Amino acid sequence: MNKKEDVILKIKESGLTGRGGAGFPTSTKWEMVKNQKANKKFIICNSSEGEPGVFKDLYLWEQYPEEVVEGIKIALETIDNSIAYIYLNKEYYKKLKIKLEKLCKGLPIVIFEKKWGYLGGEETAACEVIEGKRPVVRKKPPFPGEAGLWGFPTLINNVETFYHVAKIMKGEYKNTKFFCVSGAAKKEGVWEFPADTTIRKVLQESGNMPEFDFFVQVGGGAAGEILLPAELDQPVLGASSIIIFDKKKTDPYELMKKWADFFLEENCDKCVPCREGVYRISEMVKAKNLDREFLDDLFFVLENTSFCSLGKSVATPFRSLINKVL
Amino acid sequence: MENKNKIILDIDGKKIEATPGQTILEVANDNGIFIPTLCHHPDLKEKASCRMCLVEIKGKKGMYTACSTKAENGMEVLTDSPSILRARQTNLELMFVQHKEECGDCIVSHNCKLLEYAKKFKVRINRLPDRKTGYPVYQFGPALIFDSSKCIDCGNCTEMCRKQGISFLEKRQKDTFYQIKPCLEENKDCIYCGQCIVHCPVGAFEAVGEFENVEDPLKDKTKKVIFQVAPAIRTSIGEEFGMEPGVNMLGQMTAAIRKLGAYKVFDTSVAADVTTVEEAKELVSRIKNKGTMPMFTSCCPAWVKYLEFFRSDYLPNLTSVRSPQIILGGLIKNYFAEKEGIDPKDIVVVSVMPCVSKKYEITREELWMDGIKPVDYVLTTRELGRLFYNHKIDLKKIEPEEMDDALGVPTGAGVIYGASGGVMESALRTAYKEITGSELENINFESVRGMEGTKKAEVDVAGKKIKVAVVSGIANAQKILQELGENPHLYDYVEVMACPGGCIGGGGQPVPTDKEIRKKRAAGLYSIDKDKKIRLAHQSPIVEKLYKDFLGEEKNAHKICHTKYSKKKREVEIKE
Repeated sequence: MNKKEDVILKIKESGLTGRGGAGFPTSTKWEMVKNQKANKKFIICNSSEGEPGVFKDLYLWEQYPEEVVEGIKIALETIDNSIAYIYLNKEYYKKLKIKLEKLCKGLPIVIFEKKWGYLGGEETAACEVIEGKRPVVRKKPPFPGEAGLWGFPTLINNVETFYHVAKIMKGEYKNTKFFCVSGAAKKEGVWEFPADTTIRKVLQESGNMPEFDFFVQVGGGAAGEILLPAELDQPVLGASSIIIFDKKKTDPYELMKKWADFFLEENCDKCVPCREGVYRISEMVKAKNLDREFLDDLFFVLENTSFCSLGKSVATPFRSLINKVL
Repeated sequence: MENKNKIILDIDGKKIEATPGQTILEVANDNGIFIPTLCHHPDLKEKASCRMCLVEIKGKKGMYTACSTKAENGMEVLTDSPSILRARQTNLELMFVQHKEECGDCIVSHNCKLLEYAKKFKVRINRLPDRKTGYPVYQFGPALIFDSSKCIDCGNCTEMCRKQGISFLEKRQKDTFYQIKPCLEENKDCIYCGQCIVHCPVGAFEAVGEFENVEDPLKDKTKKVIFQVAPAIRTSIGEEFGMEPGVNMLGQMTAAIRKLGAYKVFDTSVAADVTTVEEAKELVSRIKNKGTMPMFTSCCPAWVKYLEFFRSDYLPNLTSVRSPQIILGGLIKNYFAEKEGIDPKDIVVVSVMPCVSKKYEITREELWMDGIKPVDYVLTTRELGRLFYNHKIDLKKIEPEEMDDALGVPTGAGVIYGASGGVMESALRTAYKEITGSELENINFESVRGMEGTKKAEVDVAGKKIKVAVVSGIANAQKILQELGENPHLYDYVEVMACPGGCIGGGGQPVPTDKEIRKKRAAGLYSIDKDKKIRLAHQSPIVEKLYKDFLGEEKNAHKICHTKYSKKKREVEIKE
């Protein structure tokens, strides 16, 4: 077995899954891109991190930049004829550009500034943005692994995924994950725990279990689900973020307005359910007048007929907040 | 044995054979199975943005858009279910309430899919306020109007505009929405091809309406209203009355126009015969005298505007011959007026064109004759249909009539002007005579016919090889210009029409317009040509008489038939 196959086998054996939120097996992605026949291939290290409450990429760049770049280097060596992009949101680009340029010196790695918001983090939208267009989600298939940047096979992984790849190759991987805790937290920050740690345990271990009546939003500060104190014995799914809300001090309409504004601003306006559905939700929230039956229809089309995962995720926070807190 | 070129799938319980690579929507359409669509247009890439063509696939979660999902062997597809209905109802309502209804004055009101589906799916259309109320209305020159409050953001217009190589329409962010807007850059301008109109599913684009302006002169006893009808509309006007594309309705249309109160009805194809004779002369002279080559046709005003704005370096290549509508207008207000003893000021010329850039063409002052406009109003095919409706004239029920003799009997050559390749073929038929002095044996130039966007041929004229290119669609013309940039001697004669398929696919034609429809309209024209006794422009008795009595004189020929072009700056003004 040659070195390249060995890398993929080791990733496979580790059971590593993508740490951007979707949780796709990493080795499958790598294998797909590696096996494609093309004279040029691309690697994207996705650090677009655009959702409120999610800030572990920045933490990793600050604490472990060498490991992340090492992970990208391993990908460059494993995938023939490849060039890598480190795809950073505006704020991170400003903070990290000089540091990363130094670290990547001599490597075929481009430090790329994403001038767009949240949606630019979606894999196919990221390809559009790097190609110089506005972030609009592409139809899948083809998946980026088959035809991504400029139609070439493209491996897209999150910053944390590359960090773990480096750890795997050093034999130091322990199936951990980075968790962001914020909101009404005593100690806002990022903690590393075993990947299957429950929400309750993350709160306890990080010293953040509230002593007041609360609820949390888990999986991102826009698309994450609202969970009550009795629902915390489950692992953190999606983006690994937990936001704590003080029930007494939180106006649910204000919160929903924040989400609605976020989605209105960040969606691409391509498909009807997301463009128009989000607008109608926003109007109802602003007027504090919720037509439950119509909302159900909107949630239904958002979840079942949206073009991309952003649209499909819009219903979750609203529905869970309305059902559990309102 | 398994047939590799066929797959079998199940749609709504029926076994259906399909070709690998076909989408579920294509298979359904081929088999008469209804799936609603709004953003889908056969000319364009599927966008899957309206989320109406939803289907369910057995064994797969959720719903799929039939327009973008490929049919697979053994697939079991459901096109209707309570979930599908609920999703369609909700998505349609969402589109309905973004779009501001202007049904009373809308070009698609008689075949509006929004309305049709709203009825079919029992959608509540009035529960919510229209989101786009107050959105801006833009006017593009004297040709087009874009009411953005009717737009449902499908993006067909921007795609078509980009496909034309113009990219004047774009999506721009305003507040939290991307909106379709005309661009603001000074180095881009609308060429008025009107392809946005025929690709918009909800009537957000329309020609600047002139059909109401025609009512006054029609009633005015001191005015003589003379109509001319373009070659391409005779096989498409029927569609406005629910008929199949391609049926020749010239006789019925003539009778109907007379019923409106017109003094005479003439055929623009007659002037096309004049254009052919003049253009063939010019081509031969350019070849003999080593003039600027290749020569470009100029009867498409959108193409002329394209060169004047984007590529003025190629203006010397444009033939100086005016377009048929302008020549016929000139003949009516000079030759015919004089013959009949009518003051040209009392004549109102109304053209019916498959085109919106023809509305722009008549405002070009260099084409006016001592201050008199050759043509006063231009109606699109759609507008003529509206005018008939308003006068309660049913084209299907009216007895056909002959056109007025004086300028009403064209050759077959004049009729095929309406299809891409028609001008070229007509000119070649006549140039042959011009060069050799004898007539062609086989007058059919099959190589320049058909719906392909670019057609190239080498034509042997008495030992001299004439290299020709025929293109429709500006993006195809851009490729030819690029080729010429590399090798200026690649062609001798180039015909360009801005719209796909030529005028039969024009921006003034009935909606819908797509490839199959364009094919049928063009076939209609070629079958008229085939049945004509006289098929060569220079053999037309009318043309012979015109040259004998009037155009033979250099001064008259120049005034009626020739013009100049000049570099242009952006004309469309947008106030943001």
